[in-house]
Amino acid sequence: MSASPAYSEEKGGSSSLGEPEYGHDPASGGIFSSDYKRHDDLKEMLDSNKDSLKLEAMKRIVAMIARGKNASDLFPAVVKNVACKNIEVKKLVYVYLVRYAEEQQDLALLSISTFQRGLKDPNQLIRASALRVLSSIRVPIIVPIMMLAIKEAASDMSPYVRKTAAHAIPKLYSLDSDQKDQLIEVIEKLLADKTTLVAGSVVMAFEEVCPERIDLIHKNYRKLCNLLIDVEEWGQVVIINMLTRYARTQFLSPNQNESLLEENPEKAFYGSDEEDSKDDKLDAASLVKRKPYVMDPDHRLLLRNTKPLLQSRNAAVVMAVAQLYFHLAPKAEVGVIAKALVRLLRSHSEVQWVVLQNVATMSIKRRGMFEPYLKSFYIRSTDPTQIKILKLEVLTNLANETNISTILREFQTYIRSMDKDFVAATIQAIGRCATNIGKVRDTCLNGLVQLLSNRDELVVAESVVVIKKLLQMQPSQHSEIIKHMAKLTDNIQVPMARASILWLIGEYCEHVPKIAPDVLRKMSKSFTGEEDIVKLQVINLAAKLYLTNSKQSKLLTQYVLNLAKYDQNYDIRDRARFIRQLIVPTEKSGALNKYAKKLFLAQKPAPILESSFKDRDHFQLGSLSHLLNAKAVGYQELPDWPDEAPDPSVRNVEVPEWTKCTSREKRKEKVEKPFYSDSEGESGPTESADSDPESVSETESESGSSSSSSESGSDSGSRGEESGDQSEEEEEKKKKKKKKGKEGPRKACPESAGSDPSEEEEEQEQGKKGKKKKPQDEGKGASESSWEEGSVSESSSSKSDSGSEAEESQSEPESRRRTTPPSSKPAPKASRKETKEISLLDLDDFTPAPPQPASSPAIVSTSLVTDLEGLTLTNASLAPTMLSPVFSTVKTYELLHRMAGEGLSVEYYFNRQPFPPDPHMVAVQIQFSNNTESEVKNLRVSEPKLVSGMRIQEFQEIESLAPGDTASVIMGIDFCDSTQAANFQLCTHSRQFYVSIQPPVGELMAPVFMSENEFKKEQGKLTGMSEITEKLTLPDKCQSDHTIVQRVTAAANVSRVPCGADNEYRFAAKTVTSGSLILITLERKEGARAHLTVNSEKMVIGTMLVQDISQALAQ
Amino acid sequence: MIHSLFLINCSGDIFLEKHWKSVVSQSVCDYFFEAQEKAADVENVPPVISTPHHYLISIYREKIFFVSVIQTEVPPLFVIEFLHRVADTFQDYFGECSETAIKDNVVIVYELLEEMLDNGFPLATESNILKELIKPPTILRSVVNSITGSSNMGETLPTGQLSNIPWRRAVVKYTNNEAYFDVIEEIDAIIDKSGSTVFAEIQGVIDSCIKLSGMPDLSLSFMNPRLLDDVSFHPCIRFKRWESERVLSFIPPDGNFRLLSYRVSAQNLVAIPVYVKHMISFKENSSSGRFDVTIGPKQNMGKTVEGVIVTVHMPKAVLNMNLTSTQGSYTFDPVLKVLTWDIGKITPQKLPNLKGIVNLQSGAPKPEENPSLNIQFKIQQLAISGLKVNRLDMFGEKYKPFKGVKYITKAGKFQVRT
Repeated sequence: MSASPAYSEEKGGSSSLGEPEYGHDPASGGIFSSDYKRHDDLKEMLDSNKDSLKLEAMKRIVAMIARGKNASDLFPAVVKNVACKNIEVKKLVYVYLVRYAEEQQDLALLSISTFQRGLKDPNQLIRASALRVLSSIRVPIIVPIMMLAIKEAASDMSPYVRKTAAHAIPKLYSLDSDQKDQLIEVIEKLLADKTTLVAGSVVMAFEEVCPERIDLIHKNYRKLCNLLIDVEEWGQVVIINMLTRYARTQFLSPNQNESLLEENPEKAFYGSDEEDSKDDKLDAASLVKRKPYVMDPDHRLLLRNTKPLLQSRNAAVVMAVAQLYFHLAPKAEVGVIAKALVRLLRSHSEVQWVVLQNVATMSIKRRGMFEPYLKSFYIRSTDPTQIKILKLEVLTNLANETNISTILREFQTYIRSMDKDFVAATIQAIGRCATNIGKVRDTCLNGLVQLLSNRDELVVAESVVVIKKLLQMQPSQHSEIIKHMAKLTDNIQVPMARASILWLIGEYCEHVPKIAPDVLRKMSKSFTGEEDIVKLQVINLAAKLYLTNSKQSKLLTQYVLNLAKYDQNYDIRDRARFIRQLIVPTEKSGALNKYAKKLFLAQKPAPILESSFKDRDHFQLGSLSHLLNAKAVGYQELPDWPDEAPDPSVRNVEVPEWTKCTSREKRKEKVEKPFYSDSEGESGPTESADSDPESVSETESESGSSSSSSESGSDSGSRGEESGDQSEEEEEKKKKKKKKGKEGPRKACPESAGSDPSEEEEEQEQGKKGKKKKPQDEGKGASESSWEEGSVSESSSSKSDSGSEAEESQSEPESRRRTTPPSSKPAPKASRKETKEISLLDLDDFTPAPPQPASSPAIVSTSLVTDLEGLTLTNASLAPTMLSPVFSTVKTYELLHRMAGEGLSVEYYFNRQPFPPDPHMVAVQIQFSNNTESEVKNLRVSEPKLVSGMRIQEFQEIESLAPGDTASVIMGIDFCDSTQAANFQLCTHSRQFYVSIQPPVGELMAPVFMSENEFKKEQGKLTGMSEITEKLTLPDKCQSDHTIVQRVTAAANVSRVPCGADNEYRFAAKTVTSGSLILITLERKEGARAHLTVNSEKMVIGTMLVQDISQALAQ
Repeated sequence: MIHSLFLINCSGDIFLEKHWKSVVSQSVCDYFFEAQEKAADVENVPPVISTPHHYLISIYREKIFFVSVIQTEVPPLFVIEFLHRVADTFQDYFGECSETAIKDNVVIVYELLEEMLDNGFPLATESNILKELIKPPTILRSVVNSITGSSNMGETLPTGQLSNIPWRRAVVKYTNNEAYFDVIEEIDAIIDKSGSTVFAEIQGVIDSCIKLSGMPDLSLSFMNPRLLDDVSFHPCIRFKRWESERVLSFIPPDGNFRLLSYRVSAQNLVAIPVYVKHMISFKENSSSGRFDVTIGPKQNMGKTVEGVIVTVHMPKAVLNMNLTSTQGSYTFDPVLKVLTWDIGKITPQKLPNLKGIVNLQSGAPKPEENPSLNIQFKIQQLAISGLKVNRLDMFGEKYKPFKGVKYITKAGKFQVRT
């Protein structure tokens, strides 16, 4: 046994010598040796009942396999051990089996029963490994067994076994492609799997078996996107590549706006024709979608969820994400990948090589992307040549007017390199820079001419070739260079260079009338010894000279043509014959002869020096095909964007009826609330065991915020009359009960309702707060403290009221009016007092809660607020510090009066919600009410007349509005931080009304959360010109904290900032479009006097805001 | 995906082959040898070669070519990255990834390859899982194995493969719980002839050696995380936490691993710790030249620069060099034309200098190009970017671990053009 380590080293080599080291029984050895000369000792060892001997034998056999030696004759001896107890022996037997089963099919069948038994083992790992080996044995007879095993494993409890099943699918497919249909069923089933372990493997199987069945992905699309970050890295690569292809078929090009600007209207028309028959509603949606392009939320989901993977340590993952962004992202966002790709340049040289090829392709299309990283592509003398040349390619692609001087300086260093291939490539690169950038053409040319005196012939030759190309652009100015080059013919031996010089002289022989015939004379002398390419150019030169200067060159030409006539190369003989016929006038030659001069001395267009990487981007980047610039076997073409987006609803998962139903109302609902369905789809996969909790919260919060924005709009606007959809909505709400909890606090905005689920917590919090605040409360007056307890019960009761939505929405307008100071006069006094007192108390309790809408009676504890922040504000479209808007009072404005609108009255108000499709837009809630006797149809916006920069996101067309009905929609307007009105037409089926929306300055901003310190810091930056102060006197009824805060927040969409001082109030907001800060400070002085200060970069806004607020306070 | 793998040494022997699907004949490697011949040196063998029926994707590591055979479209980086992962695993198992190590452990290598790919698709590539499946060889174990006949196979079933954190072994136990972090920064720079910096950048990595029992949940924070411009993470790091708080929060793999690599934003000026004065010239029409190089410290934050080595690839025409150095020793390889000057520590009082005569081939034309100097150095206890680890917290386990952070700055691709 002591010799055993040597065995693993010595491989089968020693055994083939037949040294019976383990032949304990020489007699039996003798018997075997007659049949099997080789490996008899191994067989013996395998037959022994000692595991250690078996193991030793197996190790030697495996070593033979590893060496590529044939060990197939041991098959019977090995296969017996498939049921061996020793794990290592077993594993090595598996290795052997998988290697040789294909050759010894009949014997291999002996082992099958062992694996079948393994498939039933209670241990998942054994089940998995049995399936793995079973599926790796390439024996066609067992296909049915494999199929059965795969099907069974696909519904195994253990995700690991399911993963193995996914791996087995392509194995079976390659063994018997007739099983495709059945395998697709299994794939479909496994695609629905929610675990990360399976996802990568099954997509791999999908790609190998049925990449064309893109329809299988629809239902799993959102899940895959959400799981992606937790899938193992190899699976990530496969999934990302597949999703790239998927996205190309399902979404619209994010860059179409630029390209399709002109043809847009037409396209929309076609679209409507096609889809009309099916569904008007969808059509309207697509029409809206088309004009200002709105990215499909699923498209956005993909981009958002892949972005973090740019940080992966795995180069393949980074590359996969990079290609996804390159192919799918809007132009403005592609830039993010540059940094990650540049990082890969630090990796192994093979990785560099692949990445640089891809960067070269990208840099042609998106030069700006890599410009900041120009220096990362500088070349070191230690780089391998193939890397150097690729870097050079990238540098050349990146060259433009501004950086060319630095690049040329680098090139100068490169030219002196020892690596001659690289120098040649540099010279070509200089040539390309010179052609592309006219400014430096002369500099480059001069530089190249200097290189003509270089000692290295290769350098000179390359320069000649490049100079030739450059000269073609402006030959007249450079006859000196041509002369210089003519002299070089004596020395240069590189055929390509000689040919180039000859061509140049021939082409521009008029510029060098004296030298040209002399060159021809020399060349005709050496004609026979030249390379073919040079000979052709000599003939060419002769012909041209004959035409321009026949006196001097007639004889020479004849001589050259005669030499060529008997050349060994038939190309040259052909050319000579052809040219003789063309230029030498004879009786027969006739017409062509006259045109010979035109033929030969025509103006030739200068060559365009192009990158070899141009147009490679029609291959999916990062693919093998892209690298080879040829289609590899199994390459899946990257499809072009569709002109019309396919129905996005196919990706909805949750409610299966939806996808089948075609009834109009249901459709309508879907169209109107795209985010709603989105959230449903997302909620599924987030249950996965190991997906990051944070990622869960993100998706949920997003859906929460978006749906709340759409919902709160419709709720508050509907007045309970939108009965058509109401019941269905109700249903949905039930389904989403859990979700509601999160939406609650944000949704319940305009009324006095808090959030139900957080109720208990609040109460506790409130209790604590109450205690802490006690001294302060006492100082303010005993009456308040008595309110404290009451308020708790009060608020909770009001909350429980709000539990039922239907009631609430009916009472809503009333309550809104109640809280709106200007129009609230008729409200009953008692109730008013009540609400006021409650909120007053709340205010006292929660002054430290900065973002809390002070006037909003919704009670949310500080801690809850911060929780919610985390939950709701990670929405990518929002700036992270933007807060949910403060709801205090809603002022309604009239857009179209009943009289003017012939019975149609339209009102609008600013709902102060973020507008999810575009964070730079102000959301405007528009309410239509039809007071006519007939239906109003096709309500829509058209022909916006906007001040430059302003943008409108139209609402979706309202198909019809029954008499007496009302409808409410949200539209987004980007006012560009100005109070100029947005003018547009409101169209119905019969009429058009000119209307305009002018925002009060206070609506041009969104509240922002900051701490006291931040506030002070920011205020310190915004002094001088940006500070506007006004003194004012507060009227009597506007003395309490609550009223002041309420009035300020009513006048402007701001949030309160905590403040240490009692007599000071601070508010902060950001303008919606530009995001510049607006800080408001109100300082109370003795008596009723007060100082109002607004700090903002936007002085106009600041001034107007001061006016508005002081007006609001003075009322 | 990956059909077969061949390991080929520098002299062109195929010393290991492994097939994951049907067997591909060794003759496919002829295309590779052809390409190898065409390329002047090993570095220039194209990593992807197209043959009539297959595609060959290869990497070159430690004097071994890993040549994989591909039959259908697959992202080339996928294969390249995987092959490097294989090489890393060998390194991890055998201490070195050399031909002898692989030949000595051919069975383990084969078992590893079997586990790493299934039907050509990566299955288990995390070293923690692999070590559960197949125990790495140690001297003690091989002795024990040879006596008792026990195996390298893990006796327990690898449960790590099933867990949500596939990078960590299941049951980890240490008596001394330690967590060490090495912050290693490398300066990549190109200095031009006049001594001004053409390009400089700091690339850093944090390598960790974590030996903690149970399931520790660590969070590592920096004093100045804003410095990190571009980062790439080990999969264990929670990305969201980094995005929002700039804190590295993770459940670590067991043992050695690279936690993070980063690049320091280019806006920050990079301190170049050394300067070089050089005079290399060749005389026209004479077979000699002069060589004079002095190296000195600069912007080294009060730390000593050590481990300084200067490597120069001399022009082909150079026959040999007659130099004297004031510090350290030099060697000149007349075949590869590489001059290596091992200096060691730089003391500012006495700057190391190397000067003398360069002998050229007689009759050869004067070399036009001046060689560039590649410099290596090391500075202990310093992260040149100024990055500092603030604190390491551990959750999820009760014991108190021993924690340590080490900083080191090195020269990366540091080149001085002359």
